[in-house]
Amino acid sequence: MSSLETTAPPSVDPSRSRRAARRTPSGFPWLTRLDLRVTPYLFVLPFFVLFAIFGVYPIIYTVWIALTDRSPLNATISFVGLDNFVELLTNDPQFWNAVWNTFGMFVMSTVPQLLIALMLANALNRRIRGQMFFRLAIAMPIITSTAVVALIFSMLYAREFGLANWLLDLVGIDPIDWRANRYASWFAISTMVDWRWVGYNALIYLAAMQSISRDMYEAAALDGASRHRQFWSITIPQLRPTIIFTLIISTIGGLQLFTEPLMFTSGSGALSGGSEGQFQTITMYLLDVMNARFRWGYAGAVALVLFLLIASVSFVNYLLARRISSDK
Amino acid sequence: MSVTSRRRFAAIALASVAVLATGTACGNDSESGDGPITLVVDVFGDQGFGYEELYKQYESEHPNIKIQERGKGLGLGDYNTRLTQQITAGAGAGDVVALEEGTIVQFYAQADKFVNLADHGANDLKGNFLSWKWEQGVTPDGKVLGLGTDIGSMAICYRSDLFKAAKLPFDREQVGALWPTWDEFIATGQKFAAADKKNKFVDSATNFYNVVLMQTAGSGSGYTYFDKSNQLVVGSNPDVRSAFDLTTKMISAGLSNNLKSFSNEWNTGFKNGTFAAIGCPAWMTGVIKGQAGDAFAGKWDVAKAPGTGGNWGGAFLGVPKSSKHPKEAAELAKFLTSAKSQAEAFKKVGNLPSSPQALSDPAVAEATNDYFSNAPVGKIFAAGASDLKPVYLGPKNQAVRDAVENALRSVEQGKAADAAWQDAVKNGEAAGK
Repeated sequence: MSSLETTAPPSVDPSRSRRAARRTPSGFPWLTRLDLRVTPYLFVLPFFVLFAIFGVYPIIYTVWIALTDRSPLNATISFVGLDNFVELLTNDPQFWNAVWNTFGMFVMSTVPQLLIALMLANALNRRIRGQMFFRLAIAMPIITSTAVVALIFSMLYAREFGLANWLLDLVGIDPIDWRANRYASWFAISTMVDWRWVGYNALIYLAAMQSISRDMYEAAALDGASRHRQFWSITIPQLRPTIIFTLIISTIGGLQLFTEPLMFTSGSGALSGGSEGQFQTITMYLLDVMNARFRWGYAGAVALVLFLLIASVSFVNYLLARRISSDK
Repeated sequence: MSVTSRRRFAAIALASVAVLATGTACGNDSESGDGPITLVVDVFGDQGFGYEELYKQYESEHPNIKIQERGKGLGLGDYNTRLTQQITAGAGAGDVVALEEGTIVQFYAQADKFVNLADHGANDLKGNFLSWKWEQGVTPDGKVLGLGTDIGSMAICYRSDLFKAAKLPFDREQVGALWPTWDEFIATGQKFAAADKKNKFVDSATNFYNVVLMQTAGSGSGYTYFDKSNQLVVGSNPDVRSAFDLTTKMISAGLSNNLKSFSNEWNTGFKNGTFAAIGCPAWMTGVIKGQAGDAFAGKWDVAKAPGTGGNWGGAFLGVPKSSKHPKEAAELAKFLTSAKSQAEAFKKVGNLPSSPQALSDPAVAEATNDYFSNAPVGKIFAAGASDLKPVYLGPKNQAVRDAVENALRSVEQGKAADAAWQDAVKNGEAAGK
């Protein structure tokens, strides 16, 4: 380590350490101390400068704009206090429709997503033929662009000439207009999300599973625990921090769901998420308010309420996930 | 790592921070001196504006100017969102930008972010434009925000081969005579539907609705969702209601192919040829040719629309104040909107000129379109252009229109017409707030 070099332990040879001090080009020990104190901050500074520009400033600006009626259509900006929030929470059925859709799709996509990921990881954790191939294969969807995924799935779920309706037809089910029916659209969008994210979560679970000591499984096996029992009593409790992590990441992603439902329809008005807002999510509503209705102040209020929703749902998830293991 | 090298790293870190900070602060370097000037022209739509040849001509006449076009292939909605942000931020917009009829009113409020083209001699050109078109480009306090490019007078484009197969008249004169009114248009559609079980009569409720609305409003109130003092009247304007009702009648007659306008499915509908007629403002001829492609050349034709008059669409060219070369940009905008240029754009993509001189130019008035079975498009579209009654569109027109179109699409998906009208008013009022 470099820091050990300059402050070498004096016990070995006091004269060497004095020489070392003299070797510093400045010859001023206070400069060295200043250097040691300040330099670490300089190293992390680039991140914080970027964070201030792209993170802190937009947040502060959002708070400010949410308290105004800012719009490109208004020549002047006037302060309206909490009016935007009051309207949003008490008199905006479209917002609550978007909240309902977002949570519906969040549950519909995240629950199977994490369960399937867990099962996949468990299967891949065993010795199977072509282990490497399967481990790589499940990770493949992550490298595809969300827009491409959404585009392809939109074709699969097309009303006419769509693969999904063709398959339904084979088993004698009438074609479904995937964009007209609320739950059909949720299902279609959930499959897009899951196709893309199951592999990612499986990979994280797999990594965590491999760090679980084999001794525990051996001991359990000696005690006569079945594979099933081992999974629930060793694997799951040991994965607890990982499950909390994936839950929080999925919550943030799920509540910000945007590209998939947006690309599910095309043409003008795609932000309205279906003819009756069947699959309009909160982020889509936010952009609808901002770009189509030009109510920038109101959009700021929507963004802040979305932030609070994500924070509180993440916290609830954390509390729930903490209870996974009974021994802690 | 020794102290020196660590200090060097610290210096590099500091320098990179400084570079980042300055990098975000400065935008494009302004070009100065006598070197060549690059003017950026922002347009929208799958077909663009058909200016390619005009750019070449202008560049050869002005050797110090290079022209770069952006936006061809970009939908109007995305284009307008981007433009609104660029205009508000005061950076990033082109030197010459297209402003669509439905959105130019929105920019009246930001007229101070645009060059007043009157300062560049635009007022002398007033006679080069249809008077109502000229007035749409001028703000209430008299600033010239944009110069008109094209207008969208109405016709019906139809598939003569499908009409023939359905034992309907297919000659364009006779077809036009089938439908003096929209009710008779629907009745014709019902005859078509009885004979052709495979294809639908029209593409979508939304396209039908917009054509009918712009026509009804043109001959009626003169406005749609917002009256001329920008009060939201979506629920009380009888023109909106009657266009809505006519559309739901058309849907319940089973004539719509349920293809949302300007969506991927709609584009596919052209390529698969699954509908027989479409409401056809002049610019739609370019859309049809582009989307349906060579396979359908000669199968499409153009007939007179039911009712009279009506304008849907058309655009203007403006110059944002953020332009580094406002003088040159204004000159280019004047060139592109001149009668000659408008006639050239008409030839390229079918955009009907907004200049009376161009409309009476034989190159336009006597033009035929070989894609549309040599239909005399010049005569059909230009005929009613000079006595068109314009329709005023409010600043949040697009948002309200989306809400009403969504309600109509829900009818296509099976919702009752009355309930859909309630939705249209409720969501339209929320969108126009």
